[in-house]
Amino acid sequence: MNVFKSLSRNKVAMVGFGILFILVVIALFGPYLYDGTPWKMVQRPFIPPFENSSFPLGTDTLGRDVLAGLIYGARISLLVGLISTAIALLIGIPLGAYAGYYGGWVDEVLMRFTEIFQTVPSFALAVVLVAIFEPTVYSITGAIAIVSWPPVARLVRGEFLSLRNQEYVLAAKLNGQSNRNIILREILPNSLSPIIVLASLMVASAILLESSLSFLGLGDPEIMSWGYMIGAAKTVIRQAWWLSFIPGVAIAVTVLALNLLGEGLNEALNPKLSGNREN
Amino acid sequence: MKPLLKVENLSIRLPKGGDREFAIRNVNYNLMPGELLCVVGESGSGKSMTANAIMGLLPKVIEVDTGAVIFDNYDLASLAEHKARELRGNRISMIFQEPMTALNPLMRVEDQISEVFLIHTKLSSKERHNRTLALLEDVGLPDPKKMLRAYPHQLSGGQRQRVMIAMALALEPSILIADEPTTALDVTTQAQILKLIKALQKKHNTAVMFITHDFGVVAEIADRVVVMEKGEMVELGSRDEVLNNPQHPYTKKLIAAVPPLVAPQREVKVHQAPPILHVKNLCKTYSTGGSWFSKARIVKAADDVSFELHRGETLGLVGESGSGKSTVSRCVVRLLESDSGQILLGDSEIQSLGSKELAPFRKRIQMVFQDPYASLNPRKTIGQIIADGPIAQGMSSKLAFEKAADLLELVELPKAAIDRYPHEFSGGQRQRIGIARALAHDPEVLVADEAISALDVSVQAQILDLIETLKKRLNLAVLFVVHDLRVAAQVCDRVIVMQKGKVVEVGETSQVFEAPAHEYTKSLIASIPGAHWRSGAVDVTPTLITEASA
Repeated sequence: MNVFKSLSRNKVAMVGFGILFILVVIALFGPYLYDGTPWKMVQRPFIPPFENSSFPLGTDTLGRDVLAGLIYGARISLLVGLISTAIALLIGIPLGAYAGYYGGWVDEVLMRFTEIFQTVPSFALAVVLVAIFEPTVYSITGAIAIVSWPPVARLVRGEFLSLRNQEYVLAAKLNGQSNRNIILREILPNSLSPIIVLASLMVASAILLESSLSFLGLGDPEIMSWGYMIGAAKTVIRQAWWLSFIPGVAIAVTVLALNLLGEGLNEALNPKLSGNREN
Repeated sequence: MKPLLKVENLSIRLPKGGDREFAIRNVNYNLMPGELLCVVGESGSGKSMTANAIMGLLPKVIEVDTGAVIFDNYDLASLAEHKARELRGNRISMIFQEPMTALNPLMRVEDQISEVFLIHTKLSSKERHNRTLALLEDVGLPDPKKMLRAYPHQLSGGQRQRVMIAMALALEPSILIADEPTTALDVTTQAQILKLIKALQKKHNTAVMFITHDFGVVAEIADRVVVMEKGEMVELGSRDEVLNNPQHPYTKKLIAAVPPLVAPQREVKVHQAPPILHVKNLCKTYSTGGSWFSKARIVKAADDVSFELHRGETLGLVGESGSGKSTVSRCVVRLLESDSGQILLGDSEIQSLGSKELAPFRKRIQMVFQDPYASLNPRKTIGQIIADGPIAQGMSSKLAFEKAADLLELVELPKAAIDRYPHEFSGGQRQRIGIARALAHDPEVLVADEAISALDVSVQAQILDLIETLKKRLNLAVLFVVHDLRVAAQVCDRVIVMQKGKVVEVGETSQVFEAPAHEYTKSLIASIPGAHWRSGAVDVTPTLITEASA
């Protein structure tokens, strides 16, 4: 496929892709390869990184293994990011598609509904949702999905609005095809590119949201996450800055990698942009 | 006389991986002072490339390979940017095809034009104002004083193009390059703009390089003609030489493809059977811009339109943009809901049917669309595109694909094309696919909505032939929506002329063209560029043809 070719030629996107690949490998196999548990107190607290060879990244305020925390944290970050994005797409795409395709009062109703979510600051809403339901990995994923679908709906609606009067769609109507068929087989495949790009960026912001929630202590208490690690270390930032710094770097690198990949996808999927680039 | 501009052996190389190596190759011509030179060719012929090289508008990836463009002892092809900028607008200026996008929507007409003076001259603001006013008068804009204060969106397409011309002529350039300046305009507006350009050219003794694809326009205004084919200059000569006695086979082919403006005498058919399509008192109004606080603007796109269409007949629906011809065609196929009236397909009234009841009638009336690039889903194979309709109507997928293959053959495409995607086909081929898709339902009525207007003239001729053949073979009733009167004259048995949503004239084609009854029809026919030049009869001298048609 052309897209993969064009993507593989984009060095920056490939860096992003490489980092993500490594992260996914760590998240999948890390717990089996590295023999450590994130919750157990294994040594005295505050061992700085690179001092004790059995704990390469040292220990935290309670003497827990930081590297083990990072590895388990990668799991939860990626999982929450991917699943919440998938749910957001499942809500946003149909809503946007219906609004854009039918227009009129359907559009009015669905878009006003979308705006209700957009007027509330998304982080505040996520905090409230998680606080109402018990903070579990399910409620966190759900809350992130609920606050992040409106942009999907708006994007899809815009795409459908501009594509629904394309002549091939009109031809499909004349063919007597059902609306469902037209939406799923004529319009949706042609509006996938911007959705894919948006989704890759949404995974990044979902990871940030999850970390922020955990930082505030609204994470799942059963699960070690990067945000929780930073939150737990915030009181000792002057004595042991690395305890905040290491998971912070993990979050930054992950989000950066997703953004690089998203940008690369955007260029690969949008022929106008990639044509203009001369390098 | 010394030429004003010399294009010497100019070759422009395309970036690697393009469909050909050179955009233009070894092009040689001169532009004399005060002459109007038409550069004519089909899309992709490289006709605009030379002009872009002259104006320094070539994209960065495209480079001048060899040759030179000599103007005033400068080589424009290799001139430094700051020097070129002085010449641009000042000595050489340009007007573009799209008057809608060539003006800054946030600037008043006066500011746009006087900006030219501001940049290139040291005139005071009072002088600038006066010069601008004089220019607007010069280009024949109504009420120039008021026009100065107008924003582009308040002007019509023709008026905007006049403003563009005023800007281009502001500094009395020696050369004006016009790149398809009338292509986006209606035929009556086009006639006015062509007249204006010719008059201004005479008045100021400006040399004009006029790029066009339309031989009618060439016949109307050119002094000399350059014909381009695939980047090569194939013919150069005076207008009468090239138009009436073309030498190169490509020119011959192009000119032969221009439909003559004489409607062939057709036998007046007496239809025994009742019409297959009967439209009665169709009305459709659009209201735009209405809100809680302002009254909506109401446009009557179809106002009491009635007509009949028989099997085996081609009915032309002609008119300018905004005449409502597309609205009518879309109401007839029920892509648009009409407000009132009746549409009888055979014996059945379909105007008031809901979408469920309408489904079985869909296949009896089908449409071929205008834009061959937008009318095929880029993510589906040709086979899928054609077979989708029959499958939606309940045919088995295997049969539908077999039918699609047969249809491809019917529209003269290889059967093997069935697994390929639309982007692998040319515009004309895509239009054939669009026709095959429409025919997949074995329709009785075929609505062709400007089905050939996006195509080059030689491809147009092929598609018209195909539609004509299919009509005879399948006994179709064809409703042919078209703005090009030359095409209408050739293919239609009867024509309906529409203006502002109303039908102003209906009649046998030859009768409408030879003796138009309505004023509007008369002005439309009189506006056709090159009306005096009856093309398509290359072997005959012009005088003979006029006699024959008189």
